[in-house]
Amino acid sequence: MQDFPIFPDQASTVAWQVDAIYFTLVALSVFFSIAIAAAITFFAIRYRKGNNVDRSNPMEENTVLELSWSIIPFILAMGVFGWSAVVFITIRTPPVDAVEVYVIGKQWMWHAQHPSGKSEINELHVPVDTPVKLIMTSQDVIHDFFIPAFRVKQDVVPGRYSMLWFEATKPGEYHLFCAEYCGTEHSVMVGTVTVLEQAEYENWIGGDAADEPLAVAGERLFTENGCISCHNGEPGAIGPPIANETIFGETREFEDGTSLTVDEAYIRDSILNPQAHIVAGYAPVMPSFDGQLSEQSLLQLIEYIKTQ
Amino acid sequence: MAVTSPPLDLKGHDQENYLNWAYGVKSWLLTTDHKRIAILYLISVTFFFFLGSLAAFVLRIDLMTPQADLMTSDNYNRSFTIHGVIMVFLFLIPAIPGVFGNFLLPIMIGAKDLAFPKINLGSWYVYIISGMFIIAVVLWGGVDTGWTFYTPYSTTYANSAVVLTVVGVFLVGFSSIMTALNFIVTIHKMRAPGLTWFRLPLFIWAMYATSIIIMLGTPVLSATLILVGLERILGMGIFNPALGGDPVLFQHLFWFYSHPAVYIMVLPAMGVASELITCFSRKRVFGYKFIAMSSMAIALIGFLVWGHHMFVSGQSVYAGIVFSLLTFAVAIPSAIKVFNWTATLYKGTIHLQTPMFYVLGFIGLFTIGGLTGLFLGALATDVHVHDTYFVVAHFHYVMVGATVMAYLGALHFWWPKMTGRMYPEALGILSAVIIFIGFNLTFMPQFIMGYVGMPRRYHVYPDEFQALHVASTLGSTVLGIGYILPLCYLIWSLRFGKEAGPNPWGAVGLEWTTSSPPIHTNFEVTPVVTTEAYDYENLEEEV
Repeated sequence: MQDFPIFPDQASTVAWQVDAIYFTLVALSVFFSIAIAAAITFFAIRYRKGNNVDRSNPMEENTVLELSWSIIPFILAMGVFGWSAVVFITIRTPPVDAVEVYVIGKQWMWHAQHPSGKSEINELHVPVDTPVKLIMTSQDVIHDFFIPAFRVKQDVVPGRYSMLWFEATKPGEYHLFCAEYCGTEHSVMVGTVTVLEQAEYENWIGGDAADEPLAVAGERLFTENGCISCHNGEPGAIGPPIANETIFGETREFEDGTSLTVDEAYIRDSILNPQAHIVAGYAPVMPSFDGQLSEQSLLQLIEYIKTQ
Repeated sequence: MAVTSPPLDLKGHDQENYLNWAYGVKSWLLTTDHKRIAILYLISVTFFFFLGSLAAFVLRIDLMTPQADLMTSDNYNRSFTIHGVIMVFLFLIPAIPGVFGNFLLPIMIGAKDLAFPKINLGSWYVYIISGMFIIAVVLWGGVDTGWTFYTPYSTTYANSAVVLTVVGVFLVGFSSIMTALNFIVTIHKMRAPGLTWFRLPLFIWAMYATSIIIMLGTPVLSATLILVGLERILGMGIFNPALGGDPVLFQHLFWFYSHPAVYIMVLPAMGVASELITCFSRKRVFGYKFIAMSSMAIALIGFLVWGHHMFVSGQSVYAGIVFSLLTFAVAIPSAIKVFNWTATLYKGTIHLQTPMFYVLGFIGLFTIGGLTGLFLGALATDVHVHDTYFVVAHFHYVMVGATVMAYLGALHFWWPKMTGRMYPEALGILSAVIIFIGFNLTFMPQFIMGYVGMPRRYHVYPDEFQALHVASTLGSTVLGIGYILPLCYLIWSLRFGKEAGPNPWGAVGLEWTTSSPPIHTNFEVTPVVTTEAYDYENLEEEV
């Protein structure tokens, strides 16, 4: 009861940018609310019934007035819109050198998987002053990854990868909430984001030698599931080369003349729905792995392919 | 507006009117009189309003503590879902059109009834049947998807009466469509001689704009709900990615209706405001054409902004920017209305009577609701406040604060016309003031906790939000008293209120030229309209 918070922590590089827009809007809102309330109160008192004041020449139309209170708010609105859009683009554009962490949402917990192999439930450890990019998906319904202190939020949608990035500026512990209603225990699908100093983070992330790095697990899956027999890159191989080949971020040309950049979504799609895009020069013979690989296995394969 | 019609025959209350024209349950349940249908709507929407409020109050009591103590999380989720479903589909959307649109639209344009009286009665029956479905849902144990039915939760994972609810909501859409169709045809074809488009009361313009939105938007919701049903019952893959569907597609379809639905709720309220402000300022409205056209602008641009509910859904950055731009554009017509209403007071003769208190409260709450909408239309701030209590507070200001305030203003303004009786003025003013204060006490803390980061639809929450939740719950108690008070004295007035006479407020408008309550056919002779709306200058002060 002693707490009466009126403002959240500012703990990321975008927090103050969002707050600046917030305070501008608060100022505009307060100004217009008070102006209208004052005008109404003044008129209601001055022109109350029985008060003998000058009521001659009442206005019924005044195009100049109408246009000015249409155009001035419009200009203000466009200013806020543009400013806000610029900050939004920043929020939605992860830097290329960001530390990557995979996140899987499921009813009702958050599972974070670091490429080093370290994994956490309802917790996320990240380094301070370093851009961190989360690659997120859901195993069941739509969830939403929300860290109020960082002013970031992104839906986590089954069947696709969504991205969220931030750069924490203050070591500490912050709330992590699921913000999209996801069923019975929605309100306990919460956790803690712990921002560590660089050295502490290095210690934490490399602390347990028993962790199997994601890429290693992915390589194992790549062999076990037989991917390697076609995607081995040898002359005459049935599938396009993947093993020992850098394909992530490259452009793939397809039989139907279209092309795509190889990203997480493309890799996922190619495993689960391989007939959708046939790489030029290859036969459409790959079977679907839909239902055979967990979301986690898919992320391991993606990490393996990324690190080739 | 001045009319040329025979001088009013001011007979006593025992004269024939639509209430004593026929007696018996059958005469009500089989009536095709738009006024009686309005009364049927009034009783039913009032019932659902209090049912929905009860669900909300249970939530607010539970939220007094951060833990789950009053009920299980499942029951909490079912409570907020039924609160939303009832309030949106069974109260806010039908309330003003169903009650005041039905009652007043024919009278205001000098007609004897709506164009299709039987369809009008049909719309009430469809409404009631869908209400039965929703009550069946409650008895069945409830539904826990939220009123938004997001997929794939609703189609695959939810363990509650989703299909029953979807059928109920699907049906109520037809009720809206029947009403809207009736209004559009009636406004086009049945205006009294001399009542040109730009002489129409602004309430009629608002009803017209609302009807257009209903006709264009509701079928999309109906189709979407059918798809939800098909996926849930037959396992057809439409929205669930595990079946090859796209969950975000649902959100596009849902908000394509449900954002304009906000305007279905608030445009009629704006129409009410224009009527009441002019009457209690005894003055022609400032900028009639701007207000009328801004209703139409809102109706049309309102269809282009649905994506602002989806800035963080995975929609592309470019789509987000376009939807944000259009959202800011649609804010302008609303601002124009507020400025025009305020300017109408200038050099008016302000009568501070009950309906005026309500409508001034409406302007206050609508202004706050509208301005806080900018925080949500702006992309960067929306990312932070999306799905938090900030959103909850914002849409309650618009949909409850503004719309219910206007609805009650309308009820107090036209109550003497509908029933022939006055209510106690002091209690009327008191209730308006209590509701205004209670509303702000309830929802102002929710803006703050929303920006601090409190997510919506949370049964349990971190301790630091408790003080704000307690404040909000206390406010809701005040608000509840404010809502119950009019229920009591309005019922009281039916028997004990003093007789109103045809025009207790000294208002212009065709509805005030007929008796209170109006006769079955509204007018003895079809009126002829010769002047603009709100022609107060030529009216002798009589109250």
